[in-house]
Amino acid sequence: MEKYEIVIVGGGPAGLAAAVSAKEEGAERILILERDETLGGILNQCIHNGFGLHTFKEELTGPEYAQRFIDRTEELQIEYRLNTMVMDISRDKVVTAMNREKGMFQIEAQAVILAMGCRERPRGALNIPGYRPAGIYSAGTAQRLVNMEGFLPGREIVILGSGDIGLIMARRMTLEGANVRLVAELMPYSGGLKRNIVQCLDDFGIPLKLSHTVTRIHGKERVEGVTVSKVDAAGEPVAGTEEYYPCDTLLLSVGLIPENELSRGMEIHLSPVTSGPVVDDRLSTDVEGVFACGNVLHVHDLVDYVSEEAYLAGKHAARYVSEIGNSKQAGRGRKISVSGQDGVRYTVPSQIYPETMEETLTVRFRVGNIYKDRYLSVYLDGERILHRRRPVMAPGEMEQIILRREDILKRHDLKSVMVKIEEV
Amino acid sequence: MRSTGQRKISMKYDVIIIGAGVSGAATARELSRYRVRACVLEKEEDVCCGTSKANSGIVHAGYDAKPGTLMAKLNVVGNWHMSELARKLDIPFKRNGSMVVCTKKERLGELEELCDRGQKNGVPGLGILSRGEAIKREPNLADKVVYALYAPTGGIVCPFELNIALAENAYTNGIEFHFNTEVLDIKKIESGFQVRTGKGDYEAKIIVNAAGVYADVFHNMVSKDKMTITPRRGEYMLFDKKVGSLVSSTIFRLPDEMGKGVLATPTVHGNLLVGPTAENLEDKEANDTTAEGLAAIKNQVGKSVKNIPFRQVITSFAGLRACAQTKDFIIEEAADAEGFIDCAGIASPGLSSSPAIGMEVAEMIQEKLHLQPNPTFCSTRKGILHPANLTIKERNALIREKPEYGTIVCRCESVTEGEILDAVRRPLGARTLDGVKRRTRAGMGRCQAGFCSPKVMEILAREWRVSLDQITKCGGSSRIIQGVNKDTWQGDV
Repeated sequence: MEKYEIVIVGGGPAGLAAAVSAKEEGAERILILERDETLGGILNQCIHNGFGLHTFKEELTGPEYAQRFIDRTEELQIEYRLNTMVMDISRDKVVTAMNREKGMFQIEAQAVILAMGCRERPRGALNIPGYRPAGIYSAGTAQRLVNMEGFLPGREIVILGSGDIGLIMARRMTLEGANVRLVAELMPYSGGLKRNIVQCLDDFGIPLKLSHTVTRIHGKERVEGVTVSKVDAAGEPVAGTEEYYPCDTLLLSVGLIPENELSRGMEIHLSPVTSGPVVDDRLSTDVEGVFACGNVLHVHDLVDYVSEEAYLAGKHAARYVSEIGNSKQAGRGRKISVSGQDGVRYTVPSQIYPETMEETLTVRFRVGNIYKDRYLSVYLDGERILHRRRPVMAPGEMEQIILRREDILKRHDLKSVMVKIEEV
Repeated sequence: MRSTGQRKISMKYDVIIIGAGVSGAATARELSRYRVRACVLEKEEDVCCGTSKANSGIVHAGYDAKPGTLMAKLNVVGNWHMSELARKLDIPFKRNGSMVVCTKKERLGELEELCDRGQKNGVPGLGILSRGEAIKREPNLADKVVYALYAPTGGIVCPFELNIALAENAYTNGIEFHFNTEVLDIKKIESGFQVRTGKGDYEAKIIVNAAGVYADVFHNMVSKDKMTITPRRGEYMLFDKKVGSLVSSTIFRLPDEMGKGVLATPTVHGNLLVGPTAENLEDKEANDTTAEGLAAIKNQVGKSVKNIPFRQVITSFAGLRACAQTKDFIIEEAADAEGFIDCAGIASPGLSSSPAIGMEVAEMIQEKLHLQPNPTFCSTRKGILHPANLTIKERNALIREKPEYGTIVCRCESVTEGEILDAVRRPLGARTLDGVKRRTRAGMGRCQAGFCSPKVMEILAREWRVSLDQITKCGGSSRIIQGVNKDTWQGDV
């Protein structure tokens, strides 16, 4: 059986950054397994700009951003296999994968980094009544058809859901000659970035209807129109508010789900909120030596944060490997839970080991509603150590706070770290 | 052979079967045991596009139908033949057992009556279980369930694969299939019937009317004794495989006037399926789902099974059962149109009965035409090879020989390019996304074709030598692509 120190599942932004970081940290034998025919993952179809403002202090397109990491991967001579599907990972980190050249093969890994990304929620999950014609696409599928194949999936478009891909596709379809009639959003707020609403909808005069949803799909063979209704506070359609929009295409941008089939196969503990693995401050899952980063861990808004997170996972995976058989590895000390409440839906990580954690730790999370002019607070047990006024927080934008090791170490009997939103 | 273009001269056949659903395909296969010139006319792009594609996929044990009816007879015979047929046609079939649950002590009598009826119909192994016994088999039965009728011979089958396999087998044994060929008119002529279609005229000595919800339309073209087929819509929800083991047998409620009620069952591929509703309609094309129907499923299924995880629904769909006024199958020659054999009103248990329906109709034809046996008839068909069922060693041998089996196209269902190529290249091969989906399951998983559809489209375009924008979801006007980037909306692509 082949042996590698670190096997990275996925060659998208998370997998690439994790690989680069692990190599820089001293890991020698690293292998990236990528199911697609190129490295770069979903960035390859994200041909719009706006990537890399944090990481590179300049505005790049998705493929350009990916290329920087691909170049670095090549420079560092990190091995990768394309068109290779990971079929299974055992709890003792034997990775079973398949491609055309090698057939099914197995690799014994000392550490595994999960970086499989996420997928889009399909129509079926929404139970929208009506026929099942051609012309209903998830926004990402349409993005692939337009940006990679050069084909327009439709000309008269209604978009359900205001996630970032939906917003980006509203602009793209308009630029490519289609007419985007409407973006309908079930929630009273958008699920996407503010800047995307401005740049992709407002600048093109595309209407966004909040608290609206598609309640019927018309057309038997090809979409002929959709009925859009207002919804009440419980998200239920309000009778009498139906409006008919003739269109040939319905794009769905109704949420992303981390792709954790492999993690589930390994019986890794998953969070019911994020659908990603529960991890500690080293981004280690509850299976020793298995780390997770990027959208397979929790869905990010900006790729820059994916890269940052993946760097951390790569570094800790490399250190884990270097410490195997070393006495230093014994025990990480006491464990403290990190969690969110009062509007903070979850935190990543959700466990920390103060004695062995780094000097500072970035804790990322999303909020469950639009909050205007509130405080973001961090409590160590009952004691508030951070109280920062925020003009606005929204579900579409990821939030973060920094925990300092010294603050935590000071409190010997600390049980938990709590992040919450408080009234002014 | 696939039909192309317009024909001026009538094509002459011994037998024309209208409809390539499961009844038509089963009839075609049984008929292919004989030397006969026969063809199946299908208005859609593929087999299995109507009632046969959207149902529960259940092979009923046979206790429901009233003793003495055709339904009772053909269900039990069909069920009995299904094991051997599935083996011969290389399709998955599982006798998972079925249970009819009763939630009120005072309705035990009805359950016993059902059991009694089943015994009269010849259903083996029926028994009434106490709550304790039932719960042992099915821990997720609703708390109110007090008794259950258990039928060990109840089974599940993939409705697409059964229909497709029957058609492929019939085709390789010499029966023609003409797709996109809608029958517009039928006239009695001296030698039999003249059939006018959108693709030219046909003549045949015998017509088998297996047209599902449209069977009445064709029957009424040749007979004064008018028939009405009512489309009865059934809506379903299909769940992620993650929750496919919530129940292991098929769980029914005590039946009423409109049928067997909402059931919960594992599918033969490991999903959980819940439905159907029952709603009589006039529109024969109304296989759309409704808010009311989907809500009713949620409401009703809880009465027999608890803990249904509705968040795990991956798709919902609706089918139309073809219900005759007689509440029984109509498998007979029209009284005033000799040679016109109705195979109509094939509502539930139509899928279960299909092997027997095929035999019954073929026998009726044989009695009239006195056909010779087909010396080259082959009763077996090899299904699409699923590498997932192979050992690693076998799989690697396969990939070395055919590397396309080393590429996964559909992640959710782990379908390789090799399987998709097989589905396209085999007899009556797939031409559309739905055709590939029904043959290989590519696109049938939890992402519902989000990732694989562009790749499947590429394969279809390459294999059929058409451009990508010609690829459809299910034929007709269901094209996936409507233009090219920055086109000006004028003229064709």
